[in-house]
Amino acid sequence: MSSVVVARGLVKRFGNLTAVDHIDFNIEQGEVFGFLGPNGAGKSTIIRMIQCVSPVTSGSLKVLNMDVQKQPREIKARLGVAPQDDNLDPDFSVLQNLTSYARYFNMPKDLANQRANELLEFMQLEEKRNTMIDDLSGGMKRRLIVARALINDPDIIILDEPTTGLDPQARHLIWERIRQLKQEGSTVILTTHYMDEAEQLCDRLVIMEHGRFLIEGKPRQMISDIVGDCVMEIVGADDEAEEYLRSTGKQVERSADRLYLYSNECRNIERDFQELYPKSQSIIRSSTMEDVFLRLTGRRLRE
Amino acid sequence: MIEMGRGMMAVWRRNADVFFKTWKTNFLPSIFEPLLYLVAMGLGFGSLVSGLIYAGQPMEYIRFLAPGLVSISAMYSGFFECTYGSFVRMHYQKTFDAIVATPVNLGDVIAGEILWGASKSLINSTIVLIVIAIIGWILFPAIRFTSLTILLIPPIAFLAGLMFSSLAMIFTAIVPNIDSFNYPFFLLITPMFLFGGTFFPISQLGVAEPFAYLLPLTHATILIRDLSLGISSILNGLSLLYIIILTTIAFYLAIRLMKKRLTR
Ligand SMILES: Nc1ncnc2c1ncn2[C@@H]1O[C@H](COP(=O)(O)OP(=O)(O)O)[C@@H](O)[C@H]1O
Ligand SMILES: [Mg+2]
Repeated sequence: MSSVVVARGLVKRFGNLTAVDHIDFNIEQGEVFGFLGPNGAGKSTIIRMIQCVSPVTSGSLKVLNMDVQKQPREIKARLGVAPQDDNLDPDFSVLQNLTSYARYFNMPKDLANQRANELLEFMQLEEKRNTMIDDLSGGMKRRLIVARALINDPDIIILDEPTTGLDPQARHLIWERIRQLKQEGSTVILTTHYMDEAEQLCDRLVIMEHGRFLIEGKPRQMISDIVGDCVMEIVGADDEAEEYLRSTGKQVERSADRLYLYSNECRNIERDFQELYPKSQSIIRSSTMEDVFLRLTGRRLRE
Repeated sequence: MIEMGRGMMAVWRRNADVFFKTWKTNFLPSIFEPLLYLVAMGLGFGSLVSGLIYAGQPMEYIRFLAPGLVSISAMYSGFFECTYGSFVRMHYQKTFDAIVATPVNLGDVIAGEILWGASKSLINSTIVLIVIAIIGWILFPAIRFTSLTILLIPPIAFLAGLMFSSLAMIFTAIVPNIDSFNYPFFLLITPMFLFGGTFFPISQLGVAEPFAYLLPLTHATILIRDLSLGISSILNGLSLLYIIILTTIAFYLAIRLMKKRLTR
């Protein structure tokens, strides 16, 4: 495998604010790599440095073996970026948005038309071909932005929060397409603040906060390493019950109305617990990326 | 270099495509405005003017005025396009953000915008020129564009357009919001409109005449008028030089300030 993006000691400052704080990562050819984190974590800032539109403050960043500061044109020619904010061209129709964008890549007109039509089909927008951008729903705009990112048949596809604010149908269509692109061998870089999205789509991901990585790895591996395979949620436990749960030596956390116990053997613990404290109610569920995230960042609101 | 030119042309094409999609409404003002000016100023006001002398020749007011309308059109077209037009694309539509994600760089975008502004100057002032020539032919024989040098007016209008578009782009790079364009329009464009030698010869300004030579529009007007009248003098060369130098400086400054504004 070869790395298509390599960052070493990467830093981005905006005045006094350090938005990206000395991070290192490699993104490999053909994988779906996710940056997961709350708003303001620095995800878009990393993306904007990879796409050569935001200058690196310090450290090194190479994309496709080229330095972002030295060969931005060559790099940008091989990337496809769906930015977080809608910047479709409202002066054009859906189809024209794709064909006019193709021109910036210096694509021949026939090829551009052919690609544009294929992509409209791929993102299920054929019927909106001649619609103006202002008349599209939010979900359609997102789909068009993804289609536009693919117009130059990029080696690396960068999707900055591709599903934020979408309804479930639109969200699932985009998920399906991302999987399809991966199968066709594309490298996909994804940012999201949805834990389930990251868990479902990413081969590898980092969880970040305040411009730093909290953890890096494969989603399933990460979940079983950090929180174990299952979670027991307990409602109505008194102090004594909590004391008992903690005495098992497992990780236990308290939120306003319930306790969480993270483990690999929830069934056994629950059986013993229910015998001793029959008044408490408990359920067992599989652990998720969300548990990892909350475990790492705490359950308190962070603003 | 080749890539920069290519990127610039792609940006130019984007704007041209949008313009020609709605060309009917875009062309109407350029057709009717000179008509209104010629009737109001040339006929209504001009009939009160007697003894006007330009470049040593006595001439009828409407003949003096007509080429001035061409240069006003070049000024307003380029300046409007690269202030309000560019600002909307930059700030509200985020069009520049979308484009710089492709192999086109920010410098190419700004150059393409300025080139398009100059093209608007060329298009509009050429329409004004044609309308005036036709109306002159039919209604106001005094206008009489007889010299073939009028064929050089469109290229000069394009050059003037580059100058006004570059100047406009400097303001676009520094204004905090779109309402702030009131200032350059009020402090720069309106004074030029009135004192740039379009409605009366700047020699009428007396001791203030040298100040009129500071105004970019004055030089565009001198060139366009002299070409329409078939006059040439040393002053024309100086005006051309003024425009070329100011355009070069403003163009580079605009690109620099824009990069400063948009690179984060
Ligand atoms: N252009 C900018 N100027 C100043 N601060 C910025 C700018 N862009 C982002 N930031 C700040 O950098 C931090 C990271 O932002 P961002 O990368 O957009 O986060 P995310 O995409 O993870 O939500 C935030 O605190 C944000 O306010
Ligand atoms: Mg973001």
